This record gives sequence, C-alpha cells and structure tokens, in this order.
Amino acid sequence: MVKLTKRIGGFVLRLAAFAAALAALIVMVTSRERASFFAVSLEAKYTDMAAFKYFVIANAVVSVYSFLVLFLPHESLLWKFVVVLDLVMTMLLTSSLSAALAVAQVGKKGNANAGWLPICGQVPKFCDQITGALIAGFIALVLYVFLLLYSLHSVVDPFLLQKS
Amino acid sequence: MAVSKLALVASSGKSCKILLGLRLLAFSATLSAAIVMGLNKETKTFVVGKVGNTPVKATFTAEFQHTPAFVFFVVANAMVSFHNLLMIALQIFGGKMEFTGFRLLSVAILDMLNVSLVSAAANAAAFMAEVGKNGNKHARWNKICDRFTTYCDHGAGALIAAFAGVIFMVIISAVTISRLVQPNKCCSTAASPSVAP
Repeated sequence: MVKLTKRIGGFVLRLAAFAAALAALIVMVTSRERASFFAVSLEAKYTDMAAFKYFVIANAVVSVYSFLVLFLPHESLLWKFVVVLDLVMTMLLTSSLSAALAVAQVGKKGNANAGWLPICGQVPKFCDQITGALIAGFIALVLYVFLLLYSLHSVVDPFLLQKS
Repeated sequence: MAVSKLALVASSGKSCKILLGLRLLAFSATLSAAIVMGLNKETKTFVVGKVGNTPVKATFTAEFQHTPAFVFFVVANAMVSFHNLLMIALQIFGGKMEFTGFRLLSVAILDMLNVSLVSAAANAAAFMAEVGKNGNKHARWNKICDRFTTYCDHGAGALIAAFAGVIFMVIISAVTISRLVQPNKCCSTAASPSVAP
C-alpha cells in the first residue's frame, strides 16, 4: 500500500513537472507584440534573443522526456537510467532559466553603463508574457528537483533502509 | 603529519585518487573563473564630441559589477570552489570517518546542487556575453566588445574555465551518485551493507 502511494506520488509529480514545462514553452512561444513609435514599428518576439530560444528548446526537451517517462512501466530496468537523465534535465532547466532571466533582467531594467535602454516600456504585454513563462519555468525546475530526489530515493535506496 | 595523511590517501584505491584529481581540477577551474572575472575591469577614454576645434574626451569603465549576471557568476564560482575545497579536505583529513548512509547521501546531494549552481552561473554569463559581443538589433543594444576588447577577452577566458568546471563537476557528481549504489572501499572504512534496489 505504501509502495503504491509512493508510485502514485512520483507519477503525479512528473505529470505536474511536464505540465509546467509545457506551459513555459507555450507561453514563451506565443509571446509576440508589435509596437510603433516615431513611425518606426518594431515587433518583439521570443526569437529576438538567443537566451529565449535556448529556454524554449530546453523546455521542449524536458517536456518530451517527462511525457515519455510517464509511460515507463515500473518493473523496467531503465529506471536507473532515469536517475541520470533526471539530473541532466534539472541541469538543462537551471541553465536555461538562468540565461533567460539574465537577459530578461537587462530588458526590464536596462544597463545604464553599456547604454542599453530597457524595452519593457514599449512592449509591456510581451514583457508580461515572458515573466509568466519564466515563472512557469521556475516551477518546473522546483518540481524537477523534487523528482530527482524522489528518483534517487526510490531507485538507489540511499539511506540503506533495506539491510541485506 | 599531513604528509602521512596524503600517503594514506595515495595508497588507497585507484578511484580515490581519480576522484581527488577530479576535485582538484574542478576546484582550480572554478576558482580561476571567479578570480579572472572578479578582476575584470577596463578603463578607456573616448572622444565623445567636439567643442569648436577641441575634441571632448570622456572616460568609460567596463567592470564586472555593471552586469548582475557576472556578479552571480563570480559568487557562484566562488561557492562551488569552496565546496570542492571542503570535499578535498574531507577526503584527505577525514580518513577515519565512517561514511555511512546519510553522509554519502549528503555528499551526493551537495554535488548535485553545486552542478546546477555552476551550470546556471556559466550559462547566464555566457548569454550576457553573447549580447555584449553581438549586440541586439531588435532591442537596439549596441555591442561593447569592439571597444573594450581586453574586457571581453578576459571574460571569455573566465567563461571557458567555468564551463570546464561544469564538465568536471558533472563527472564528479556521477561518480558520487554511483558510489551510493556500490559503496566501494574509498573513504568508507566501515563495511556498509550492499544496497538492494
């Protein structure tokens, strides 16, 4: 009975992480705004910044991986591999979130020393959607950290609770 | 005294020496990344305009503190190098300590956390450096690397060192996690029961 609740808990956690990564991906891809000032019209989309493209790609990889692992049968031998891949996915999520956050912070506050003006004043809706995508990415990261600990606990038995 | 402890470490299993060497490499890589980026500063005078016939000069400085991503880079690399230093000290001077269940697990978890930390820091700094090198036409951000070449070169060196540190930390983390499954003789004097998944 305890094993079943643990398995269901792990499944729910992975489903939530999949949903969060997918939400981050979709919100960032659909963020697009056209603004015009002084007869110059500029369109802000996520492909303008390399960091946002990396964020989209990383979250796509994580979503696909989570979806595939959802269907892994419990007795399969691949679960040891899942521990390693969970660590890789957590690293992907941290790096993509951190890169997108660094660039978005410059977009919001600008960099006075380099002469870079903030762009959030001209495209506020774009900025809000990017913020939403970053928050969803952060939730996916937190869930993946818990998933990593769960995978370690269920596969490796690190507390050596089962004495042979 | 320290020499005898070093000899004890050197005479133990081969994986011990490999792990120690890896940790030393990761420590040096992250420490050099933190130091090179921390001392990154360039001052240059530019001609800003002309008043009559005399050119007006202004002095501009490029420091790492101007960019929050680089500040995070320095702090994170310092933290990871400190973690590696602690682990090296533990391996050399903690020979009699029994690495039973929770201690092995805490080393593995700390290694995983530090892998994430250093990878996040290296990536944030890399993307900020990319914006600084190429500029961004859509946001009208000018590139700064054509004017502050030394600053950019030093930053690139620090980034390369940090990415090398990331690779070493990933290998170290993999080794530490595999030691959870099969505790070998390295750093465990007590016979831990074998793990049954």
